[in-house]
Amino acid sequence: MRETLEKTEAMVKHLAAVNRILEKHQYDEAKLIPILQEVQAEYNFLSRDVISYVATSLGLPPARVFGVATFYAHFSLEPKGKYVFRLCDGTACHVKGSIPILEALRKRLGLDAKTPTTPDMMFTIETVSCLGACGLAPVMVVNDDVYGQITPAKAVEVIEEIVAKEKNAKTE
Amino acid sequence: MNSTEKVNLHDIAADYDAKAAKTERRVTICAGTGCVANGSLKVKDKLAAALRERNLDVVLELNHHDDVPQGSTYISKSGCQGFCQMGPLLRIEPDGILYTKVNVADVEEIVESTLVGHKVIDRLLYVDPASGKSCKGDHEIPFYARQTRVVLANCVIEPSSVEEYIAKGGYTAAEKAYTTMTEKEICDCVLASGLRGRGGGGFPTGRKWQFTLQSPGPKKYVICNGDEGDPGAFMDRSVMEGNPHAVIEGMMIAARAIGADEGYVYVRAEYPLAVERVRSATRDAEAKGLLGDNLFGSGLSFRLHVMEGAGAFVCGEETALIASIEGKRGMPMPKPPFPAKSGLWGKPTVINNVETLASVPYILREGADKYRSVGTPKSPGTKTFALTGHVVNTGLIEVPFGATLREIVYNIGGGVTNNKGKVTGEDFKSVQIGGPSGGCLTPAMLDMPMDFDSLKEVGAMVGSGGLVVMNNETCMVSVARFFMQFTQNESCGKCVPCREGTKQMLALLDDIIEGRADRHTLELLERTAKAVRVGSLCGLGKTAPNPVLSTLKYFREEYEAHVYKKRCPTGQCKSLAMPEILAAKCKGCTACARKCPVGAISGAPKQPHVIDADKCVKCGVCKSVCRFDAVVGV
Repeated sequence: MRETLEKTEAMVKHLAAVNRILEKHQYDEAKLIPILQEVQAEYNFLSRDVISYVATSLGLPPARVFGVATFYAHFSLEPKGKYVFRLCDGTACHVKGSIPILEALRKRLGLDAKTPTTPDMMFTIETVSCLGACGLAPVMVVNDDVYGQITPAKAVEVIEEIVAKEKNAKTE
Repeated sequence: MNSTEKVNLHDIAADYDAKAAKTERRVTICAGTGCVANGSLKVKDKLAAALRERNLDVVLELNHHDDVPQGSTYISKSGCQGFCQMGPLLRIEPDGILYTKVNVADVEEIVESTLVGHKVIDRLLYVDPASGKSCKGDHEIPFYARQTRVVLANCVIEPSSVEEYIAKGGYTAAEKAYTTMTEKEICDCVLASGLRGRGGGGFPTGRKWQFTLQSPGPKKYVICNGDEGDPGAFMDRSVMEGNPHAVIEGMMIAARAIGADEGYVYVRAEYPLAVERVRSATRDAEAKGLLGDNLFGSGLSFRLHVMEGAGAFVCGEETALIASIEGKRGMPMPKPPFPAKSGLWGKPTVINNVETLASVPYILREGADKYRSVGTPKSPGTKTFALTGHVVNTGLIEVPFGATLREIVYNIGGGVTNNKGKVTGEDFKSVQIGGPSGGCLTPAMLDMPMDFDSLKEVGAMVGSGGLVVMNNETCMVSVARFFMQFTQNESCGKCVPCREGTKQMLALLDDIIEGRADRHTLELLERTAKAVRVGSLCGLGKTAPNPVLSTLKYFREEYEAHVYKKRCPTGQCKSLAMPEILAAKCKGCTACARKCPVGAISGAPKQPHVIDADKCVKCGVCKSVCRFDAVVGV
């Protein structure tokens, strides 16, 4: 009994942010996309539980919300790492050699197209179709920092810097 | 501001000008995405600190200063100034200086030598590689001097200052539209200007507005399509970042023309800075009474919402974009009914591209004739292009319609570079225009005028305006595959010919690139392309085969080399690569033999080397280490 109660309390706590976001948008189903964007910003990804909860709260079939969540590239149903590397593979970046950079990043972290995130939840490697910074091609964005005119070696250096920083933070 | 009180543009402009007159100098630092990535905001902070250290007066936000010190230095940001490759850019007025590639370490010297000592620092000036001359200001730099800037003209103002936009004549066109013009007069004026939609289709904007005006109903909407998904294009991003009020004013005019009282700006989520700037510009306009109720005392209202996209290329299609605003999957609907009759929430809706809307205030302010005075009769006005790829000067440019490709690539772009970044004068292979819906232009088309109709004739399109220059080392089959992969990923799945056809086309292109193609492959590829084109509902599917068809038309011999000779002429396709050392160029330096990971290269020092084809793994290391360009075919 007590265990169930604790679990429920934890769940209520966990969903408090969703309630706040739903409230802000007045439970308006037309605002589904902004609601999911804000929920994802809060939890880093959209879990199945959260999607069902949003659907029920808005009075929509969960399938409808799943449909939207899976349609748009920005919604992730899997959790992402602490550092998300988004490598631009737009036309300009592509002709200036974005693929060798992608290969170098994946090789360094032991990732591939099917496993984009490292097991320690530290790094996620993704490609995006265009970041609109084509003048600086090839371009890579790490969380919010933009790196222009990068090379495979420079990209790997960014990983090494983060690894070193995280190591220091742990020992301190 | 009280909504019944009428906004007085003249007073705001006069107040701004009086404040600006007190400052002695203005330093403008480019804060477009490109320059910010290169550290321009750090330069700005450092500059302010360095001036303050010397007890010099600094003004950072002119509009929020009630008491601007006489003789102070105004440090402002600007939107993207276009010359991204040379960033961060720093302008000093009234001296007329443009410094390029400025970093934090240069700030002290700029303050000492230029701001205090009135001397120009030569090493920070742009050097024209053609003449070797240093250029003091933008009028001397060919990249700028050869452009005609209308939409981008205001991209040197402070984007977060509605006051400066007003001081530059902003919102007077909206005032005119709300106070002295009828709906019909506005539509007629835009129609007479010949303005055509910049999102790709080139449909006359005035006509679109007329149709929506004629649709009955008390509730109508205006949507600004800022979902610039075309890879290799960033014109709309730059306009939203650098001149957001022009977009808002354009939307207000569109709303007045069709009788709408509500609008949405739909901005692509990959553009966080554009989202932020449009949002804050909307708030500033509301605070000034430029958005809301009783605009300019007319009794009319207009409210604006900003919505961030969620990453779907197909949402650039208008019916898909509308579905996305309604909170649904962004899938296109059959037309008719057109949005002009039944759009957002089933109400008549005008949906225009960012650049189109940003051109509207100029047209109303200066008149249709002035607008028509540049460009060609059928494609009047100017067009912004994102010039990228293998070209010396990458960045954002604006030229009159009808400018030739030669002018853009060679005179503004400074010529084509090879993979080592050098201009040899012989490397131009192709320009891809219009992204995944467009086609390729060849050296034979260098003197063709760039306008809607000429481009259509050669199987390309203006599209949103991405121009990607490609050199001789680029494999055109790989380029076609790149776009096919893109449209295949982005196909929403509604129409089977698009969903499955793009997949099959991609598989056929992979066969060609990986050496599995036979004599039927090209014919099958063309047949599938035609099926996708006729069997798809929206622009994405209808134009998805274009990059393939266009490269097949102009670079067929390259496809044939892949299919019949199993060779990639550029050596880019790894499966078909067969590296070879040109004996005439090889100096026998042994660099390649030492670096080859499988020991496939042999030869005595100072003698031409050879590659053992059986051992070679086609990794390309030999080519990258060769200093004499002797290794080819990989």
